[in-house]
Amino acid sequence: MASMNVSLCGIPLDNPVIPASGTFGYGYEFAELYDINILGTFSFKGTTKDPRFGNPTPRIAECTSGMINAVGLQNPGVEKVIAEELPRLKACFHKPVMANVSGFSVEDYAYTCQKLDKEPQVGWLEVNVSCPNVHGGGMSFGTAPEAAAEVTRAVKAVTAKPVIIKLSPNVTDIVSIAKACEEAGADGISLINTLLGMRIDLRTRRPVIANTMGGFSGPAIFPVALRMVWQVSQAVKIPVIGMGGISSAEDVIEMMLAGAAAVEVGAANLINPYACRDILNALPGVMKAYGIEHLNDIIGGARNG
Amino acid sequence: MKQSLFQIISNTALTDSVWKMVLKGDTSAITAPGQFVNIRLDGLYLRRPISVCDYDRQTLTIVYKVVGKGTEQLRAMPPGRELDLLTGLGNGYDLSPAGSRPVLIGGGVGVPPLYHLAKCLIAQGKAVQVVLGFNTASEIFYESEFRALGCQVTVTTVDGSYGGKGFVTQALPRDATYFYACGPEPMLKAVYRATAISGQMSFEERMGCGFGACMGCSCKTLTGYKRICKDGPVMRKEEILWQA
Repeated sequence: MASMNVSLCGIPLDNPVIPASGTFGYGYEFAELYDINILGTFSFKGTTKDPRFGNPTPRIAECTSGMINAVGLQNPGVEKVIAEELPRLKACFHKPVMANVSGFSVEDYAYTCQKLDKEPQVGWLEVNVSCPNVHGGGMSFGTAPEAAAEVTRAVKAVTAKPVIIKLSPNVTDIVSIAKACEEAGADGISLINTLLGMRIDLRTRRPVIANTMGGFSGPAIFPVALRMVWQVSQAVKIPVIGMGGISSAEDVIEMMLAGAAAVEVGAANLINPYACRDILNALPGVMKAYGIEHLNDIIGGARNG
Repeated sequence: MKQSLFQIISNTALTDSVWKMVLKGDTSAITAPGQFVNIRLDGLYLRRPISVCDYDRQTLTIVYKVVGKGTEQLRAMPPGRELDLLTGLGNGYDLSPAGSRPVLIGGGVGVPPLYHLAKCLIAQGKAVQVVLGFNTASEIFYESEFRALGCQVTVTTVDGSYGGKGFVTQALPRDATYFYACGPEPMLKAVYRATAISGQMSFEERMGCGFGACMGCSCKTLTGYKRICKDGPVMRKEEILWQA
C-alpha cells in the first residue's frame, strides 16, 4: 500500500498536495465539487492588514502553457478574514490550514501574523515576500536577503506557529535569500512565486494586463521552479515546499525528488477545478509505477548516487 | 457548477463571424438564463467563457463570435467532437422583477443569452419586447428566432442598413416595466443613462477560472467588490458603479 504521509514543520500531512494561495480562495468554492479534506492542507487567499481591491482589470492574460495574473492581493483584510472567511472555511475543511500573509511594511506582516496566530485552525503561516503585483511591498521584501530576514524575524517574534517564507524567483540569487530566512528563524521555505511577465495585445498595441506586468504561472514555469527547489533545498536544513506549474502526479514526484518536502498546486486549480483531486487519485498508481512505497522516502532523492 | 463532456451536434454559421453550436450533455448545473459555460480547448491554457444561448435537459446552444484562437478552434470543430465544459457558471438573470412588459436589449454578440431569458419570460406569460442592435445588416442574427417565440422585435443598425438607424437606446419602448441588457460596455452605459426603469445588465471581463477562485475578474459595485464570474455576470442597475 502506497504511503503518502509526510510531515511539514512538525505537523503531519496525509499527503503532500497543497493548493496554493490565490488559486483556491478559502476552499468553499472547491468544497462544492469534492471533499477538500482529501488534501494535505491548503494555503488560503493572501491576507493583508487592510482590505484591498487589488489592481484594475484586465488582470489575466493567457500564455503558452500558462497564464499571467495581476490580481494584486485582493482580500477583505485580516479582521474580516478571521470573522467571516475562516468560519466558512472551517465548515468545509477540518485539518490545519495554511494562512498566507502579505504586507507593505515589516509592521504590517507582524500585525497580520499576530492576528492569525490566535486562530486555532491555522497550522502554518506562509509569509509571502514575493508578490510581484503590488508596489512598495510584497516582492520588495523578498528580493534582498536582509529585508527577507527582517520580515522573518518580525513574524517569528509574534507567533509560535511554524513560519514558512514564500520566495520570489525574480532574484539573482535565491539561495542567499533562503539562507537569510533560515538564519532569521524561518521554519520552512516555499517557492516559487510567479515569474514577472507581460503580454501585448496586437490589436490595441497595448499591454494586455492593466497593470502592464504580472506574475507568470502554469506548466511553463515548472523547470525553473524545479531548479530553484533543487538549489535551495540543498542549501538549507528547513523543509522546502515546491511549487510552480505542478499539474500531475508525476510533477509532484519530480518536485519531491528535487528536494521538496511537500508541494503546492496553483494555476492548475483554475483550469481544472478537480486538479488536486485528480493528482491525489493518480499518485498511488504513479508511485507504484516508479517503485515508490513511501513518498516521504523520495524527498531530495535525485541527489543520491 | 459541474464539469462534464458535451458532444457537438451541430456547428453552423449565422453570419460571417457569428456561429451557433448545439451540444449534447448534462445541463443539470444550469439554473438560470444569463449563465455561462467555460470551455477547455486544445493547446490553449485558459478555458473560454461563452454565454448560454439556450438549453434544455440534454442540449445546450452557444452562439459565439470568432475573434481569436479559441473561437477559431471552436468554429473548425465538426459534429461528434467532444468538449470539456464547466457548466452552471455565474448568477444569471433574476426573472422575478420583470413586471408585465419587460424589454430585452441586446447588442451584437451580447444578444445570445437573452434568447433563453425571453423563452422563460414568455412561459411566465409576459409580453416580451426585444431591441437588438447591430453594426450593419449583414451582422444581424436571431431576429426571426425571437419573433418565433412571440416577442415584439425591433432591430437597429448603426449604419441604417436594416431597421432603425442608430443605437438600441433610440428604439427603447416607453411602456416597458423592466429591462434586461447584454452587450458591449458602451451600450450598457447608454442603456443605463437612457432608462428610467430598473433593470439588470450582464458584464464581461477577462477571466482566469470562471468560478470565483482567482479574483481575476473583480469589479467595484455600490454593494461592494464583486467577481464578474461568480457574483455576476449579471448586475442589478442599482448596484452598478461605472469606472471612469
